[in-house]
Amino acid sequence: MDFIIQNILNALQWGSFYALIALGYTLVYGVLRLINFAHGDIFMVGAYISFFVASFLIGPIAGFSPMMAFVITVPLTMVLTSLVGVTLERIAYRPLRRKGAHRLYVVITALMCGLVLEYSNLALLGASRLKFPELIEKQIWHVGDVTLTNLKVMVVVAAILVFLFLQWVVTRTRVGMAMRAISYDKFAIPLMGIPVDNIIVVTFVLGSGFAGLAGLLFAMSYPVLEPFMGMLIGWKAFIAAVVGGIGDIKGAFVGGFLLGFIEVGVVSVFPSTYRDLFAFTILLLILWIKPSGLFGIPQSTKI
Amino acid sequence: MKKYSLNMLLVVFAIGLLFAAHFGIIDGYIQIVVMTIGINIMMSTSLNLVNGNMGEFTCGHAAFMCIGAYISSILSVFCFGTKFGEPLLPAASVLIVFPIILLIGGAVAAVSSLLVSVPSFKTRDDYLAIISIAVNYMIISAIENLDFVGGSRGFQGMKDTTWAMIDIFDGPWMLFWVINFTIFTVWVIRRFISSTYGKGVNAISQDEVAAEIMSVNTNKIKIINFMVAAGLAGCAGGLYAHIIGYVNPQSFNILKSTEALVMVYLGGMGSLSGAVISAVIFTGLLEVLRSQAIIDGLLSPVTFMFPDWEPSAGVIKWVMIPLMLIIVMQFRPEGIMGNRELGDVFPKLKRFYRFK
Amino acid sequence: MAQTQVQRDNAPVIEINGLTQRFGGLTAVDDFNVKLMPGKLTGLIGPNGAGKTTVFNLVSGFYQPTEGQILVGGKPTAGFKPHKVTALGVARTFQNIRLWNDMTVLDNIRVAQHYWLGYGFFSSVFRTKRYKQRETQISEEANELLEVFDLKRFADEFPKNLPYGTQRKLEIARALSTHPKLLLLDEPAAGLNSHDVKDLIRLIRWIYDNFDVSIWMIEHHMDVVMELCSHIKVIDFGQTIAEGTPEEIRNHPAVITAYLGDDVI
Repeated sequence: MDFIIQNILNALQWGSFYALIALGYTLVYGVLRLINFAHGDIFMVGAYISFFVASFLIGPIAGFSPMMAFVITVPLTMVLTSLVGVTLERIAYRPLRRKGAHRLYVVITALMCGLVLEYSNLALLGASRLKFPELIEKQIWHVGDVTLTNLKVMVVVAAILVFLFLQWVVTRTRVGMAMRAISYDKFAIPLMGIPVDNIIVVTFVLGSGFAGLAGLLFAMSYPVLEPFMGMLIGWKAFIAAVVGGIGDIKGAFVGGFLLGFIEVGVVSVFPSTYRDLFAFTILLLILWIKPSGLFGIPQSTKI
Repeated sequence: MKKYSLNMLLVVFAIGLLFAAHFGIIDGYIQIVVMTIGINIMMSTSLNLVNGNMGEFTCGHAAFMCIGAYISSILSVFCFGTKFGEPLLPAASVLIVFPIILLIGGAVAAVSSLLVSVPSFKTRDDYLAIISIAVNYMIISAIENLDFVGGSRGFQGMKDTTWAMIDIFDGPWMLFWVINFTIFTVWVIRRFISSTYGKGVNAISQDEVAAEIMSVNTNKIKIINFMVAAGLAGCAGGLYAHIIGYVNPQSFNILKSTEALVMVYLGGMGSLSGAVISAVIFTGLLEVLRSQAIIDGLLSPVTFMFPDWEPSAGVIKWVMIPLMLIIVMQFRPEGIMGNRELGDVFPKLKRFYRFK
Repeated sequence: MAQTQVQRDNAPVIEINGLTQRFGGLTAVDDFNVKLMPGKLTGLIGPNGAGKTTVFNLVSGFYQPTEGQILVGGKPTAGFKPHKVTALGVARTFQNIRLWNDMTVLDNIRVAQHYWLGYGFFSSVFRTKRYKQRETQISEEANELLEVFDLKRFADEFPKNLPYGTQRKLEIARALSTHPKLLLLDEPAAGLNSHDVKDLIRLIRWIYDNFDVSIWMIEHHMDVVMELCSHIKVIDFGQTIAEGTPEEIRNHPAVITAYLGDDVI
């Protein structure tokens, strides 16, 4: 029984990362109908940004205490990562959008931007992995045979809070309403006086910012960073978002956790090398049965 | 006679290459570059069938290359190698059996394309991208779990087959096979696509509803198109495996698929000559950027400012190539050839070849 | 131009019984029944959103009906994919012209023969005798068809470069190239100016006189319907509200109400 609870807790934590990243994918897709393939790498950039920020803050020049450093790192990482995301949008995606370029070209650009981010990182920082400094003292609680760390709890809580926040933004604020409107009809929206570009920037700020948060939390949980850490996680989080129903925030959230549960579940029974194989297969099966995803609305074209 | 000029030129060129290789006029390195060009042509033209002519967006083409590579490697070792016990076939039969092995590898890859083509009936383009990526990962992951082919450590033993060929006649065999299969690939694709049957593929891309209503069995054509593309990629994989003599699942991951994607979109979706041209250019570019000297030269202004930074050519290459494609997407998204063929751009060339 | 077989006059070209289509809570088509005899030019009219195109989509095989049965030439088409319905002899054009714009006009006609090509992948690669024979035949027939429709001079042109009225003509010609027994025209006059509409009326009448095909037409342009159709069916909210000759329909109160509202009567 404890074994199961332990795995559930692990799955919740693992799934939180997927959920946080998936939320970013789904936001951008919902508004722009764009698969931002670079999103997983934004997560990686976020992790690295948090590393440098945290290291600097607890380093000799700034000399903050680890706890203080943590408190500052969180918002700073999110802001800086948002900047990266927005810059990407400005430089790479917006010009194509202005030109009315075929969606495919934007997707390819996104894919390439991801590669640029990965390899620039590798080129600039080298292949040696970076170790994230410990900011928060690990507190371990034991309940029977089950171990729980404060970090694990923090990650899950963060994911839930972000989800609730985004739900609120999308359903209760005017910005959110504009975001939803753009997803229904991109062309009519400017005619209604809504500044499309600004809304899109907001979308990227939110998506990238939370990817940055995910990066920070991931770096704290698994302190070794390497340039390709975003790649596989990014793809999987994206598939999770699609399985949940892309464009739907609930869907991304559920999809992320679903993937977390599948992976932890598989690893607890089978050798860990089977993890990816099972994860992808199950996700594909779900997509096969319900192509629009768990929460998605089937899109039909008028004939 | 003039109509066959291109064909004759091709034959002369091929014989020239083989001659030069055999007599050491061009060294081993250049031979490998030429063979890489051939394999890249096969990959880019075959992916073009799906992503260009049929207008789908798949990102996992390397999966089929992987299957072809592994199947043909395993068969090769069974027949001519010593890894699984005594070779099943006499070494003298290698010249006939080797291409058959490659084709079988391609055939298995073709069947595996059903994993992607069947879902494509029900799903929209973005979903197909995911499915193809997932299939790519799944296949690699599956092989990594198969110990009898070495898992993630890789598989080797194909050199025995190449030695068997050299035992018969000491010549540039792999170059020979690559040239043949490359020409075969382009020929098959050209013949297929220029027939009314193959134009059904274009019809699906331009208006699937109209295609379906105008008697095209879209599901069947999709399956066939995918199978052709995957099969040819599988043959490319088999050749690749035998050139290097070693295969490893990670050689066929999303990066390899991305290489194929870059070539297709650089050349122009749906353009066969575009895919060929961009494969050549791309391979050339990769070789140029492989040279540390050139990288150092290009980046000298930056390294001047940051003297501690030693950019490695292998890494910078993968920053520059995506950047180039980004720039292509910004300024000439339709690629080098758009969706036209060389004969459409230079109509005078049409006098010299007979591709009908 | 090869003519289709003359049908026995007592067998309906298409028979629809109790056709009902529900999308979630919406009933788009409600108990639609029709029996079209061969050689007739029939109209299907009704206000926007009445369900007319849905009926055509059901006949073509794009959707499977929630209830009811469609029989083409006596054969039930349940579960048939659209290309099979076309193979059975039902061809169709669309409200928004659906031509293949990056293919030549000639190719547009040739590809429409796909089901009957009679050769497969390997023949196309190895250019067998069968392949060459069929390709020649198909090209000949396509050229003949273009000639008959006075489109021969556009054979190597791309449809997107043609005037809209000509594109419409091409789309109809392409549909006819599949040798249908029944031709479904979905708002053929959509987007045409008055001059082109007159040409269209002439074209349809000419097709009706010279090809052995029954025509079933959805249309909003009343002059087209009234002039060409011998029999008209009117639907609104998925239900049949009237049926009869043009004269009967013209003055039918239910029809007038459906189009113009209650206050007019």
